[in-house]
Amino acid sequence: MSTLYERVQEVRAKYPEGTHSAVIPALRLAQEAHGWLSPDAIREVADALDVTPAYCESVASFYDQFQLEPVGAHSIEVCTNVSCALYGAQQVLEAFESELGCHAGETTEDGAVTLRTIECLGGCGWGTIVAVDGRYRHKVKPEDAAAIVSEVRA
Amino acid sequence: MSAEVHVVLAGADERDLTKLSEYEAVGGYQALAKARAMGPAAVTDELNASELRGRGGAFFPTGRKWSFVPSREQNPNPHYLVINADESEPGSFKDNEILTRVPHRFIEGCLITAFAVDSKAVYIYIRGEYLEQYELLVAALEELKARPDLRGDCTIVVHRGAGAYICGEETALLDSLEGKRGQPRTKPPFPAIAGLYASPTVVNNVETIATVPPIVTMGGAEYAKFGVENSRGTRVVSISGHVERSGNFEIEPGVTLHELIYGEAFGGGIPGGHTLKAVIPGGSSTVILTGDEVEVGYDFDSLSKLRTAMGSAGVIALDDSVCMVQLGIRVSEFYEHESCGKCTPCREGTRWMTAILRKLEAGDATEHDLDLLLSVCDRINGKCLCPLGDTAAMAIASYVEKFRAEFIAHLDGGGCPFDHSPLDGVLAPVAQHAHHLGQAALV
Repeated sequence: MSTLYERVQEVRAKYPEGTHSAVIPALRLAQEAHGWLSPDAIREVADALDVTPAYCESVASFYDQFQLEPVGAHSIEVCTNVSCALYGAQQVLEAFESELGCHAGETTEDGAVTLRTIECLGGCGWGTIVAVDGRYRHKVKPEDAAAIVSEVRA
Repeated sequence: MSAEVHVVLAGADERDLTKLSEYEAVGGYQALAKARAMGPAAVTDELNASELRGRGGAFFPTGRKWSFVPSREQNPNPHYLVINADESEPGSFKDNEILTRVPHRFIEGCLITAFAVDSKAVYIYIRGEYLEQYELLVAALEELKARPDLRGDCTIVVHRGAGAYICGEETALLDSLEGKRGQPRTKPPFPAIAGLYASPTVVNNVETIATVPPIVTMGGAEYAKFGVENSRGTRVVSISGHVERSGNFEIEPGVTLHELIYGEAFGGGIPGGHTLKAVIPGGSSTVILTGDEVEVGYDFDSLSKLRTAMGSAGVIALDDSVCMVQLGIRVSEFYEHESCGKCTPCREGTRWMTAILRKLEAGDATEHDLDLLLSVCDRINGKCLCPLGDTAAMAIASYVEKFRAEFIAHLDGGGCPFDHSPLDGVLAPVAQHAHHLGQAALV
């Protein structure tokens, strides 16, 4: 398997030379490799792209999908924007909180799952949308939480 | 006009158009061949004749946007085509549907547009959360690798964002694509003159681009027969909230909002014996309409008369169980979270809007706070680089204007008069962060 450095160079080649366009894709690769963007992971990206770690961190800190703190091995994200909320997103969120034993924004004690609320995922007609490791589940109801959690933990 | 029309989504009910062979079986990529035979100027002429206007929300005439790109003699830099697939407007999920069901029609539109604006490099900026849509695009492009006859010498790169609503604003998108924090630029210069890497750039929305192949196939004049004056063609409208049938519907503008919500072919009415209280007509950035205002054509001119807009065509129906102050809180929290922080009125003002609305909801506000809320809205509107703050302020101010009695009922110890509203106590990401950071109260 190729190293992170090599994969970053592959991505870099998709953009014109002398630009920083590969920074965000490279941060994503680093996050996938390390689980989160630790200072070491950020430094790896910076070295691979000839930019400073501070530059990478300034970019990473702008975007919601980049995690600058350790997170669980899996993520469950509940959209609570208007349309999903009309379908009962808050009750769905609470069902996950009780199933996981942690609040939104927290990770389970065993480090397995991070639960979050998230802004509009672009599936408003199929709410409540829950992204499980980034993949959308449509029309999720509170009673679906237990099955989703055991599936993720399996 | 009481049924759907299929132009952008044509064939997707009958076939799996995510596959190249299936798409070619319904005439796919023949518009590309036709466009190449016509030449770039003739393609732009057809777009002008079609009267197609941008489907991302700003509604700018597409052909005219293309014609702003300078010639090679005027500017020797490469031309870029950038596709805005950062769909994040609350209420809109139409580009999701288009990317999922007709990715090849969208890619054909990219190739035709690149040809028309003399670009060899296309960047599709897709929001990071659209993982499955990204995978579908990558798979579709993989199929094209074996078909140099189709892709020609044009390179298409799919670039994933990383979670930021503001990157739907075209100059913020360009900064993000350049590997920066996604913050809007001052305009001018406009992207057509100095966009990606300071080179001439056309930025178009997914639906706009997916409409290009059918326009080339049928001819601009034929396409312009759909719809009504100033809103030609079809639009994929997202309907969600308190309706029997939510989903995306391709319509001819001019259908009334009433039909979209109650029509059997569309929303199918309000469930549970409730009545319609309000409608957000074009995504949460648009001015709200009351349930009595829905006998209006769903088109640019008709909605403009009510000082609102089709926006990104995200219709959210709200029934009589919804508290408008709670709606204001949730919408304001969204913009507070998504403000990029560059302009002070938006960065601070959206936070103030939320704080005042929360005070109202708790019954701790006086009439002075209501005036303060409208004053904050006024101090954001028109005072920032991009429309994020403007539209947030206009939307919130419209809730107060159209449901003033309900806001008054929240004052002076009254608190929320709703026993049960679906938006009660909904946890927004911005509140989730504040919970961890211990944010100080503003008001």
